[in-house]
Amino acid sequence: MNSHDDTTSQKRNGDALAQERATGTYLVKRGLAEMLRGGVIMDVVTAEHAKIAEDAGAVAVMALERVPADIRRDGGVARMSDPALIEEIQRAVTIPVMAKARIGHFVEAQILQALGVDYIDESEVLTPADEEHHIDKWAFKIPFVCGANNLGEALRRISEGAALIRSKGEAGTGNVVEAVRHIRSITSDIRRLSSADHAELYALAKQHQAPLPLVEEVANTGHLPVPLFCAGGIATPADAALVMQLGAEAVFVGSGIFKSENPSRRAAAIVEATAHYDDPDLLVKVSRGLGEAMSGSEIASLNLKLAERGW
Amino acid sequence: MRIGVLSLQGDVSEHLQMFARLGVSAMEVASPGELSHIDGLVIPGGESTTIYMLAESSGLFEPMTQMIKEGMPVFGTCAGAVLLARRILDGRADQRSCEAMDIAVRRNGFGRQIASFEADLDISVIDKGGAPLRAVFIRAPIVESVGPEVETLATYKDSALTEPTPVLLKQGTMLASSFHPELSNDTRLHQFFVEMVKEGSS
Repeated sequence: MNSHDDTTSQKRNGDALAQERATGTYLVKRGLAEMLRGGVIMDVVTAEHAKIAEDAGAVAVMALERVPADIRRDGGVARMSDPALIEEIQRAVTIPVMAKARIGHFVEAQILQALGVDYIDESEVLTPADEEHHIDKWAFKIPFVCGANNLGEALRRISEGAALIRSKGEAGTGNVVEAVRHIRSITSDIRRLSSADHAELYALAKQHQAPLPLVEEVANTGHLPVPLFCAGGIATPADAALVMQLGAEAVFVGSGIFKSENPSRRAAAIVEATAHYDDPDLLVKVSRGLGEAMSGSEIASLNLKLAERGW
Repeated sequence: MRIGVLSLQGDVSEHLQMFARLGVSAMEVASPGELSHIDGLVIPGGESTTIYMLAESSGLFEPMTQMIKEGMPVFGTCAGAVLLARRILDGRADQRSCEAMDIAVRRNGFGRQIASFEADLDISVIDKGGAPLRAVFIRAPIVESVGPEVETLATYKDSALTEPTPVLLKQGTMLASSFHPELSNDTRLHQFFVEMVKEGSS
């Protein structure tokens, strides 16, 4: 866990200036996640979508071939996107471009790093490539975001080098209920750790199946060592504001925008709602007359629960 | 004395924590009315296109710009520096800035995230004999031109650059950095800005 320490501080030896660039450090990786806080990251499948997202105020886009709702509908194996598509989207926008690799598929991650994407999402939305191991994310210079249903899973991903955690929710459903479940689970477990005495942390680390030093850090600081965003089922400005009020620091919106009647307006409204999540008057204003949201699904009706992927 | 942090998008809390560590009162600013409670403003890091859009839609952009031009001390870090610049290069077509500081800034001039880095800066201009400052550059902008009234307080140069590039600039009551002093543990630049605000409000 030594790579965890922030190397940044004014204490240096003597006056020697370490002026050469240190790239891919943990602080540099986490730094980009900090810059995305309070923002909306939107799934896009074409350069045209990416432009719409950027114009609506997205802080980043997630380049993929199919939004989760279509992945669900089509079935089959979902993989990393075609590099040509990712490059087209990189050319289309000036904001950060993220892309997804399959869980454990470190070669897809190597390809995404070589493409120069800004963040890699090791994502349960794609079909896992390894049912035991996640990618060793310390081995990469590009930062990773990973999904988590609960605190233990979040801390395991952080121990593997993730620089950003998103609660998983249930992607492609337009149903916020799982997103709420997961963000609540993570934040309430953090509160429980904060009130535990030190002797209890050993058992709690075991219970969460998480490394003790990370459990101690969360207990001491009251938050994850990396930002916590929320994903999976956000379809309206109110959904975005809900998860923000529950403790998310930014939101990922997948199918919710481009599966709706008026993507451009809905996207801008979700950006406003995420920024001003505690202002009901503004939420009224931005929620008005947006057209149909994506239709969405009951969780009980799903054949495949994506959030169960990852370990 | 109270300092506001523009709280629309970006790493607002890091700035607030810096001021808390210095024992300086600071507040979030997300609506025009809150501007009247502050003596100085920080525009944080984040996505400059998003911050601009939200500043415009919340009605903050015009009054904030006017107050900056009338001499309210302001500190822009990274995206904040982009928002202060007279000219933005490689911006979104409809993206505007306060056009307050006489610098031209190229967005993401240092490159994508793979090129983001940390490095030491010599800040002896503001802290004579002090240690170097560890600076974090995230998809950082490059300051491509600097007007005659702008003072360059720190530059960056490594073996990949032929010329030192300005990274910390001051023009009157305006301070801008292309890096993120709020991400390191070093409070010296925030202290420097607090002194600027004190001078402004005295």
